[in-house]
Amino acid sequence: MKIHIKNGRLIDPSNGVDAVQDIFIAAGKVLAIGQAPQDFHANRTIDATGLVVCPGLIDLSARLREPGFEYKATLESEMHAAVAGGVTSLVCPPDTDPPLDEPGLVEMLKHRAKSLNQARVFPLGALTQKLQGAQLTEMAELHDAGCIAFSHADAPLTDTLVLARAMEYAATFGFGVWLRPQDAFLANIGVAHDGEVATRLGLPSIPSSAETIAVSTILLLARESGARVHLCRISSHESIAMIRAAKEQGLPVTCDVSANHLHLSEIDIGFFDSQCRLMPPLRGLRDRDGLCQALKEGVIDAVCSDHAPVDDDAKLVPFAEAEAGATGLELLLPLTLKWAGEMKLPLADAIAKLTTQPAKILGIDNGHLAPGHPADLCLFDPQRYWKVEPKALKSQGKNTPFLGMELQGKVVCTLVDGHVVYEGGDGARHA
Amino acid sequence: MTNSIHIPDAEKLLQQLADQLRPHINANSALVGIHSGGAWIAQRLRDALGAQISLGTLDISFYRDDFSKIGLHPEVKPSDIPFDVEGREIILVDDVLYTGRTIRAAMNELFDYGRPASIRLAVLVDRGGRELPIGADFVGAHLALAADQNLQLNQGQDGRLSLSLRPTEK
Amino acid sequence: MLTNPQLNQHGELQHLLTIEGLSARIIRHILDTADSFVPVAERDIKKVPILRGKAIFNLFFEPSTRTRTTFEIAAKRLSADVINLSIGASSQSKGETVLDTVNNLAAMQADMFIVRHSQSGAAHLIARHVAPHIHVVNAGDGRHAHPTQGLLDMYTIRHYKKDFHELRVAIVGDVMHSRVARSQIHALTTLGVPEVRVVGPKTLLPTGVEKMGVHVYHDMARGLKDVDVVIMLRLQNERMKGALLPSAQEYFKYYGLTPDKLAYAKPDAIVMHPGPMNRGVEIDSSVADGGQSVILPQVTFGIAVRMAVMSILAGK
Repeated sequence: MKIHIKNGRLIDPSNGVDAVQDIFIAAGKVLAIGQAPQDFHANRTIDATGLVVCPGLIDLSARLREPGFEYKATLESEMHAAVAGGVTSLVCPPDTDPPLDEPGLVEMLKHRAKSLNQARVFPLGALTQKLQGAQLTEMAELHDAGCIAFSHADAPLTDTLVLARAMEYAATFGFGVWLRPQDAFLANIGVAHDGEVATRLGLPSIPSSAETIAVSTILLLARESGARVHLCRISSHESIAMIRAAKEQGLPVTCDVSANHLHLSEIDIGFFDSQCRLMPPLRGLRDRDGLCQALKEGVIDAVCSDHAPVDDDAKLVPFAEAEAGATGLELLLPLTLKWAGEMKLPLADAIAKLTTQPAKILGIDNGHLAPGHPADLCLFDPQRYWKVEPKALKSQGKNTPFLGMELQGKVVCTLVDGHVVYEGGDGARHA
Repeated sequence: MTNSIHIPDAEKLLQQLADQLRPHINANSALVGIHSGGAWIAQRLRDALGAQISLGTLDISFYRDDFSKIGLHPEVKPSDIPFDVEGREIILVDDVLYTGRTIRAAMNELFDYGRPASIRLAVLVDRGGRELPIGADFVGAHLALAADQNLQLNQGQDGRLSLSLRPTEK
Repeated sequence: MLTNPQLNQHGELQHLLTIEGLSARIIRHILDTADSFVPVAERDIKKVPILRGKAIFNLFFEPSTRTRTTFEIAAKRLSADVINLSIGASSQSKGETVLDTVNNLAAMQADMFIVRHSQSGAAHLIARHVAPHIHVVNAGDGRHAHPTQGLLDMYTIRHYKKDFHELRVAIVGDVMHSRVARSQIHALTTLGVPEVRVVGPKTLLPTGVEKMGVHVYHDMARGLKDVDVVIMLRLQNERMKGALLPSAQEYFKYYGLTPDKLAYAKPDAIVMHPGPMNRGVEIDSSVADGGQSVILPQVTFGIAVRMAVMSILAGK
């Protein structure tokens, strides 16, 4: 299928492009940028006047809820949500049911995802069997089956010896190890940040030290093992200095932050709003501001949605009993744009955190637009406001702290492998 | 149209009421005033009729019949009946007798304290407009007033009582 | 989600969920109204007809005989119909959620729910989802709030000490896990008590508690010095198991209220306890039963205060 996208503002941070340029696609790849190639006859022309045309977004964490949690969401609904959010590649954590600790499960997931012809799915394999934190998984087999790296999701890995050996084993093959830093003992039964709000509301709490102690442990073990470590969902500002120091020492460590944590703090819990029940918890204002700054400086490498659809009933219970998580695939772009706007950064910087950087972390040939490379694109209207409400979301998860708010930035068209996989609203016009 | 109703002097009415009551007071009598106007009057009546007479006050907020409509009165005061009601000859005292609902509530409340031998009603002003079969035994003055008029008893700094007429607040 | 869920659009109390956010005016109004209910307990007919025909449901998701009984007595003294529901074993284990239970009951012509739950925020959740004519009273939610207890404690203090503006009040014990303490702190600070202290070992005092407007003490001698009111909190056995405290004995030695520790307070200081007491753990029997203790009157006042709360809410 030959596609000509004309008059869009092409923003490709990987290649330093930010200009109104046409882009030409054929056979699933970018054919040319700027000038039409000779004898190019488009099957379809998309008029992207007023729109930004950028590489398809790469989301470093999106739970698809299959296998095992189909009552919360299904692959169909969540993949549709992904492309509706301009996400063309996504990483899914291994905490499915059963967890992704067997090559067969991974193959099945990849196959199911591929057959839907929407976004690309990069599953993370379980680091230990059944995510129980005791036995290693067959990481090499899982990698062959399609796992891009290995993770322990939100399951506790309290045995430091097992953690150390898992990292060494992964390092043997050069596999990435993705860990959400949280000391399970200090986190205990906590559901909110250990601060004034939890004290006032009488909620069991998780101190920042639960994260920093784990960050410290992971970084020291990373140095010893040589593993490439990715720290997931940094939430406290104290972690930032430690990560910065590690990077300066040349450690191959990267990290991400959830889009929710760039905007919200413990105060947003208000009168026990379970939409704000998240893991890691929303912390203080100082943490939120520190995370925004660290993302700007690059100490935090990328933003992800941490998409976790939760069925309504699981939120309509007292705060501590509510299931943690927020739907996020469709909010990733507008929330990142909002961050850039508030930090007075150019649009390209926001897009880089969703394309260039995640691609680097994953080591994949996506997140950029260059002739000869896969044509994954996102076309969005940076001006358009839309209201976050259940009917506006394609995801089955309607759980987000941003319900009722108006966000700016609406995806209008998404392409994966040179095919249009999503067209929404009345944005893109056709010639 | 000017208001040509003559507002009587509350102090004078008080004297008249005391004179009416005097022959009926005995050792078994007790005065019970209904907050707030009735309580002031009952106190003054006791001053006039003899300090040995038992005196109580009732706040009828918990016995009103309009709770579902208007809720709890914003300023409830404690009722205080410091004597045993059982077998007593109670003289219930209020400032203005109108629909009769206040008196109905007061009697219900009084019966929750015990079984009096009798209850008679003394009011400063009977303005008519009864909605219940209730009548006063001792009346200072009768006044015919329109429904949109509110007759109120006031107590000055010096304790002097006076009556005033105001349009009913909507 | 930040409009005060306790007040209706006229700024009147629709539910009583927490003392936090209530104005001093509303608190005083409740205490003043309670004044009028105290004498009712002294009559032969301990009832007033004000809530006749109203159905009050005691929804206790967390068991409690004491609190439930006082609410039941209070409701019956208002002539209301009381239905007690101890929702523990049966529905919750069948997977019925809090809201399912509430919705089922709303169909039964309830006017008011008195709710106790082991999780913070449960009463707020219920209040958000009940029909507009139903009032919710929080009888204790997790560690968060126990507003009627806070109010009756204020009533007690006012009864003995009259003026809040001159007092030093010390709250001693497991503030971390105490909904009573949180409600008391909100009430005391709102009513203008100039010095509110919390006294306890670090493990039992929550992070940032000073931000609630209290002074923190870890030493009884300093914490009780010259106070007018000593409020002792109950210490639960679980605290020893969770590595928060080594033993009840050591706790009693350093934080239990004994006559010699009480001597640090003013000679006319009153001793309060929300109950039930652990004699010999947080309070010595001689103090609990002594001349400065007002623990029993607290219970009586508790009924009057709850009658006041229910009357004020039911009238809206």
